[in-house]
Amino acid sequence: MIKKNSINKEKIVDLISIEKSFDQVKAVNNVCLGINEGEFFSLLGPSGCGKTTLLRIIAGFEKPENGDVFINGKNVNFVAPNNRPTNMVFQNYAIFPHLNVSENVGYGLRNTNFSKDQILKKIDGALELVGLKGYNKRASSALSGGQRQRVALARALILKPRVLLLDEPLSALDKNLREQMQFELRQLQKSVGITFILVTHDQTEALTMSDRVGVMFNGKVDQVATPEQIYNKPKTKMVAAFIGNMNFFETECKGENSKTITVFHKDLGNFKLFKNNIFGRKNPKLTVGIRPENLKINSKNLKRQSKSFTAKIVEKSFMGDTILFSINLSGNNNNTYISVSDIKNSPNPNIGDEILVTFEEEDVVAYYKE
Amino acid sequence: MKKSNKIFKSIVILFLTFLYAPALLLPIFSFNNSKVIAFPLTGFSTIWFEELFYENTLHNALLNSLVIAISSTILATILGTLVARASTRYIFYGKKISITFILVPLILPEIILGVCLLTVLIQLGLELNLWSVVLGHTLLITPFSTLIMVSAFNNLDISLEEASLDLGMSSLQTFRIIILPMVSPGLISSLLIGFVISLDEFIIAFFLTGVEPTLPVYIWSQFRFPAKLPSTMALGTILLIVSLILVSLFEYFRRKMELYNN
Amino acid sequence: MYISEQNKRGWRLLGVPFIFAIFLLAVPIATMTALSFWTQDYLTLIKTITFENYKQAWFQPVFQTLFARSLLISITVTFFTILFAFPIAYYISFYGGKRKALWLFLITIPFWTSYLLRMFLWKVILGYNGVLNSFFEWLGVITEPLTFLLYNSNAVVLALVHGWAPFAILPIFVSLEKIDRSLLEASNDLGDNSFNQFFRIILPLSMPGVIGAVLIIFIPCIGDYITPKLVGGPEGLMIANMIQVQFSKANNAPLAAALSVTSLLIVGIIALAFVFLNRKYLKNY
Repeated sequence: MIKKNSINKEKIVDLISIEKSFDQVKAVNNVCLGINEGEFFSLLGPSGCGKTTLLRIIAGFEKPENGDVFINGKNVNFVAPNNRPTNMVFQNYAIFPHLNVSENVGYGLRNTNFSKDQILKKIDGALELVGLKGYNKRASSALSGGQRQRVALARALILKPRVLLLDEPLSALDKNLREQMQFELRQLQKSVGITFILVTHDQTEALTMSDRVGVMFNGKVDQVATPEQIYNKPKTKMVAAFIGNMNFFETECKGENSKTITVFHKDLGNFKLFKNNIFGRKNPKLTVGIRPENLKINSKNLKRQSKSFTAKIVEKSFMGDTILFSINLSGNNNNTYISVSDIKNSPNPNIGDEILVTFEEEDVVAYYKE
Repeated sequence: MKKSNKIFKSIVILFLTFLYAPALLLPIFSFNNSKVIAFPLTGFSTIWFEELFYENTLHNALLNSLVIAISSTILATILGTLVARASTRYIFYGKKISITFILVPLILPEIILGVCLLTVLIQLGLELNLWSVVLGHTLLITPFSTLIMVSAFNNLDISLEEASLDLGMSSLQTFRIIILPMVSPGLISSLLIGFVISLDEFIIAFFLTGVEPTLPVYIWSQFRFPAKLPSTMALGTILLIVSLILVSLFEYFRRKMELYNN
Repeated sequence: MYISEQNKRGWRLLGVPFIFAIFLLAVPIATMTALSFWTQDYLTLIKTITFENYKQAWFQPVFQTLFARSLLISITVTFFTILFAFPIAYYISFYGGKRKALWLFLITIPFWTSYLLRMFLWKVILGYNGVLNSFFEWLGVITEPLTFLLYNSNAVVLALVHGWAPFAILPIFVSLEKIDRSLLEASNDLGDNSFNQFFRIILPLSMPGVIGAVLIIFIPCIGDYITPKLVGGPEGLMIANMIQVQFSKANNAPLAAALSVTSLLIVGIIALAFVFLNRKYLKNY
């Protein structure tokens, strides 16, 4: 294991070779991750992937078995949570039930040297920041889910942490409120300028809110990138499958030059893959991924790079803003999906119709078989 | 952090020793062959247990206690089950106050229960016998049965009952086939705990028993005779073992009840 | 229609237990209250209403002393029992790990010996020729048996604290278990060390259990008959002993009734006060 001596000053949080297991199961497996000062960073992954454990390691609630945690350039391996420049918004908000809103928000200030007047002023300020002005004396039991979340936010932000940690803060809210809070959280982060690290299993949440996203599976961080990169160029097959919808095809390598690899699929025929769209360790077998929206039906403006094949529609589902067509290709147990979003201006075939499907070679990502 | 944990643990173990020490004296001195309860121990003997075999008053007292414990426990469990079912299943006028009233014996000192019952029995000119104690114990145990049965009924998902009715069972059949088996761990817990309470109860029995003593009343009378001390200790050892068995059973059924909950 | 159907079914179930409670609880309490306003001349009751019994019960120094002592002993017992029980409950709840149930079981085991025998054992332990004295003499620590051990209020307190400890441990344990562990992490995260955390989060949130324990211990203790009779000596007798004496040997049932009603009032007031306190603490949950 390599121990780093000099720490990148721009990284507010730097995790180096972090390992943590529970009952012999590796929850976090050799994770290295740097988070930049002032960014909105999301840890995204299915439940049990270790993202919450990683967040709790940053907060200091879990001690890693191996590795180092640097916050603001300082090694905090042996610093207790109460002495770290981080604060946390808990998944269930952890609002103290015996204290009212003011007492909850001002909780951490009691451990500082501020005078009573200063504390009261700061509480008012924090409540205003989260849109709960005048709720000071409200009992915590009388708060709605959204209000509880705001109190939890104010309670953490009032301490001016260097990093705010958010553990699935929106999962307890209903859909409309969740969307509103996504927007507000983003605005809040911009206005206070504090680094936010958000843990979520909701990809929309992660993609819409974050500057950068880290996608985790089985205790490992598979990819750290901007939301666009994550969506358009998922680095592993698991990321590709987890984010959005992806049609996968098993192909075989037929030829190679400096920039591209030519592969063959029974239905799709021969087509080229760009090497910067291929990930993994070299292997003659490749799994190819094409997003449903990158497959076009009976398209008229065919380019030179466009590839095409014919198929029969087996299913059609109206999704509101899009229509999802299913076609069945050999060598693929699952249906292949084609998503059409511009419903008005697109051809609208029916089940049983024979269609021409086209795609652009540059939109295809591929993964060498393990 | 680790060190303070260790200190903490040793304090707790010290406390536990304090909790256990007196009860441990029972087996120690009941097998000691001296007539005096004092250190040092003089030798092993089972004579004090043998002595219990020839105590006819003890056998009668035990029989009385068993009759009282069994009758009052069954009565109290029936009453407690009725209260619990009403409490968990229906909404009706005066529910809260009437159920609170039934639970009042929980917070009444037993001496007051004893005095009250004795007063009314004397005023009515009724004779004191085992049945007056049964009534008193039923009154005392009913609140405990009620609380146990309320938690048993709370664990019962109402949709199971509705499913049974929906599938064509009558409410009586539903009660027999669905509800009773589901709450049976609660019923058994209630019977066990009631039995232990009744068997152990002294004050009410002391006031309400006529010429027939119960086991605790018999034990109380033995305290006056120093010569009877060692055999009383032996009796205590037997009682300890019996109640341990009953409590282990209680614990077993309580866990079973929790399993239904999950 | 629905409500009245519920009403009918509810009362059909509750009817028998309720009537039972009326006859065995309400009627006896009423009879005893009535008796407390009458007087007794040897074996004949004089049924003219008088406050004579209450005058005696409330103003005679003997009874005042007994009431005061009963209260004081109960308060002391309650205080020490909780002081004793809290760390145990705390340990089991926070450090018990997967063996919490076993710990609780271990704690309750000694208490399934008969209450009578447990209290009597303290007499055996603390007596002049008792276990403790003989043990110390055997060790050579003392030459004369210690006499201050038995037959005073302290002995009563000691025996009662020991006797009621598990009844305090259980409710406190339950309330500690109910504390959401993320609240503790949150307080830690907001800068609390363990000491602050205990006083700002754990203690206030365990109050319902503490109050429950107070109620569970205080009430039976104030009316306890066995313990003061066995280990209290004349200096450690409590009100229950006097009630029993008045009822039997002194043949003054009306005075015993007045003393009982007075105890009942004290217990009732205290119970109500605690229920009120509990509600105040529970208000925010």
